[in-house]
Amino acid sequence: MDAAPSAPVEDPPIHILWINAGLSCDGDSVSLTAAMQPSIEELVTGALPGLPKIAVHWPLIDFECGPVGGADTFIEWFFKGERGEIDPFVLVVEGSVPNERIKPEGYWCGFGDDPATGQPITTSEWIDRLAPKALAVVAIGTCATYGGIHAMEGNPTGAMGVPDYLGWDWKSKAGIPIVCVPGCPIQPDNFSETLTYLLYQAAGSAPMIPLDDKLRPTWLFGATVHEGCDRAGYYEQGQFAITYDSPKCLVKLGCWGPVVKCNVPKRGWMNGIGGCPNVGGICIACTMPGFPDKFMPFMDEPPGARVSSTASTAYGKVVRKLRALTAHTVDQEPKWRHTGDRLTTGYRPPW
Amino acid sequence: MTPKTKAAGAGSGLVEMAWDPITRIVGSLGIHTKIDFKQKRVAECYSTSSVFRGYSVFMRGKDPRDAHFITSRICGICGDNHATCSVYTQNMAYGVKPPHLAEWIINLGESAEYMFDHNIFQENLVGVDYCEKMVRETNPGVLEKAERTPAPHADDHGYKTIADIMRSLNPIEGDFYREALQVSRYTREMFCLMEGRHVHPSTLYPGGVGTIASVQLFTDYMSRLMRYCEFMKRVVPLHDDLFDFFYEALPGYEEVGRRRVLLGCWGALNDPEYCDFTYANMADWGRKMFVTPGVIVDGKLVTNDLTKINLGIRILLGSSYYDDWEGKEQFVTHDPLGNPVDPRHPWNQHTIPAPQKRDFDDKYSWVMSPRWFDGKEHLALDTGGGPIARLWSTALSGLVNTDYVQATGHSVVITLPRTMTKPETRFEWKIPQWSNALERNRARTYFQAYAAAIALHCAEKGLAEVRAGRTQTWEKFEVPDESVGVGFTEAVRGVLSHHMVIRDGRIANYHPYPPTPWNASVRDSYGTPGPYEDAVQNTPIFEENSPENFKGIDIMRTVRSFDPCLPCGVHMYVGGGKTVKTLHVPTGLSGLGG
Repeated sequence: MDAAPSAPVEDPPIHILWINAGLSCDGDSVSLTAAMQPSIEELVTGALPGLPKIAVHWPLIDFECGPVGGADTFIEWFFKGERGEIDPFVLVVEGSVPNERIKPEGYWCGFGDDPATGQPITTSEWIDRLAPKALAVVAIGTCATYGGIHAMEGNPTGAMGVPDYLGWDWKSKAGIPIVCVPGCPIQPDNFSETLTYLLYQAAGSAPMIPLDDKLRPTWLFGATVHEGCDRAGYYEQGQFAITYDSPKCLVKLGCWGPVVKCNVPKRGWMNGIGGCPNVGGICIACTMPGFPDKFMPFMDEPPGARVSSTASTAYGKVVRKLRALTAHTVDQEPKWRHTGDRLTTGYRPPW
Repeated sequence: MTPKTKAAGAGSGLVEMAWDPITRIVGSLGIHTKIDFKQKRVAECYSTSSVFRGYSVFMRGKDPRDAHFITSRICGICGDNHATCSVYTQNMAYGVKPPHLAEWIINLGESAEYMFDHNIFQENLVGVDYCEKMVRETNPGVLEKAERTPAPHADDHGYKTIADIMRSLNPIEGDFYREALQVSRYTREMFCLMEGRHVHPSTLYPGGVGTIASVQLFTDYMSRLMRYCEFMKRVVPLHDDLFDFFYEALPGYEEVGRRRVLLGCWGALNDPEYCDFTYANMADWGRKMFVTPGVIVDGKLVTNDLTKINLGIRILLGSSYYDDWEGKEQFVTHDPLGNPVDPRHPWNQHTIPAPQKRDFDDKYSWVMSPRWFDGKEHLALDTGGGPIARLWSTALSGLVNTDYVQATGHSVVITLPRTMTKPETRFEWKIPQWSNALERNRARTYFQAYAAAIALHCAEKGLAEVRAGRTQTWEKFEVPDESVGVGFTEAVRGVLSHHMVIRDGRIANYHPYPPTPWNASVRDSYGTPGPYEDAVQNTPIFEENSPENFKGIDIMRTVRSFDPCLPCGVHMYVGGGKTVKTLHVPTGLSGLGG
């Protein structure tokens, strides 16, 4: 997917250089193709008013795939970025960054080859080369943001997130901090929306992107799963599932929703469909810096939930009783809805 | 820059070319080639993967119930296949059989995964290799012919000429390209209805699912499924027209990506009436799967017995960045039926990473070399991207028989019922003459129709359970202190197995084997190349460009026909058509010689 159909000469496009060769599964790339608000084809063709023209260099669906050094070489765009020939560009990193210094030779992950040695150029090397020249660095997915599943205890690669690698205070030459969009994978619209925001910012029509102390967009990651979960009513009433196929609250079965910053139950997975605890899937906290180790074993009750759920079980019993009374009342129609010769609604004719 | 040349065409210069990273695939794969432009053939090929993450390493010692959540993250396009396979493995290890309804729900989720994944890959990734823009840049003569060639099934799909089909596949501008993106979305909605979210499911558990089974769930799914059925009634004839045209326009094109028929299929979509997840009965319930397992060698079905398939799996090294585990502890000496288990079987594997420089004469990839031992040889099976092996295996066994799909022994007949604007339609996939790039692609389209047809069956069965009031979807279980489990399914791209050993209630060993390690595997300890290497080495070059403008489209079509799924990087140096040292070819370059 190269530049959108060309238009009269104006500003140079903003290039997006996408490295999917961190320790990744490409799930965030794949997930982005599900976005609808806006969709990738809308982003690429500038279908929203005021969006700058972009040229995306994205391994997942890129048209270009020529041989190295030959016609239409995909990797050449990254060398161009390094040489300052494409400016501005946004660097997107997918997958965690392994520690390449813990072994005598070889590579944990590489992206393209070094023409001088014929050996792969490591992903961390690319970050070193490109980050200083980028308009912004965006980490997509929990691996790139915080290390994620591949940075699990016992891993052999020493994996970490981009802020761990570059420094949490790192800022681009345009003064933009690392933008982190966590999720395993990202909720599709969360990412396309963040990208859209950054493009508006680059076009001068939006202020500095608001990020929290973990570098997440605040409007997407400000609330917890539980605050947007439609099973929270059961929690309040002290009704907890003891089997996974129950429609009640899942906290006693492993759901970490009350302490996890993520908007999925509120937003749905895509097009308002799907999700996690709202549809019977315990929240395993896949958007969080502590993921996964601080939440395993996933299917055990979170220790903190034990206390609060005990409280809500007691209090919820009372609430439920009172609500049952009210519910019974509101389940009945008012007595003036009936057939017959007499009107009993309280209407008085004005004459 | 100068990997050593091992062989060359007779008296002619070989040109080294590398593609890195290969776009329009998933993951990290590299392919280095040496091309003989005089003979118009690829002389040598090396497949290399440049990403290592180490799942089997960091899963050790973890709670076995975490396995499906973790292993899903192996893959960003078919992670749900891993989650499913892991749940199967855990069900066996814990001795739990989920309620029937849970199995129908998983089948519906996995069917939607096939429908989504094959669709997006075929049209938005592979399709671009056959689009007007690409054909114009690689084979202008072919495009000219396409302009003059009427599409035989124009009435079914609406495109008058083959060139019109090609134009519709142009990235972003093509209307069919854009429609396919939309289809990839509503099929993922179908998936999310059943498994919560894509691609890493939220509602899958050992013992069943957390999905709330209601009439609404099935209605929401079925409405979208019928739209997909209508879509497939256009897409099957469209791709038949496109792929048939290449045989006609480029005589000899059947040789592109061709290799010996060495196909593996581990079976998919369990029938809950028969599947009890016990190892003892695995051969029986394996044969009741809605995609029949099988190993096919030179067109013959060697076995469709999952127990035999299991015992034949071997993991070889040879060109991979790992230390061997020979002499290390063997976790499983005998399977639950008492059959001996080989030390090179995944149950007994130890993964010991050894990062080192890439050297095409020695070690050059993070991918290992899975092989299937038939008692005499270690066969480098491929999956052909999945669909061709699934259809081939199902067709030969002749066991699947539902209202919508019948296997005949030589073909698979798929019936899609009447949809909004199109009448009932039957498609018959017949066993092809070749295992090559075009037939892998064709099978991918037919399997989309197959998945839709099986989904219709599963949806009817599932809804019948709901209507009967049997809405339980999860069954309790206990994690034993000591146990073993194996799960078999077909990931989108083909064979998928998970092997787990539990000790002291924790994971002692866990080895997932997805299809790509088979397809992208490297030269093993016997010197046998992996399937990509083998298929690319046999590929003739039809591209019209000179070496300077060469894109390698025939090589790319070969590689993509397997639907690679690793962080991919393929290496091919052209460097202005530089000639490398020429040596004499010992015995031909086809891969299987050893």
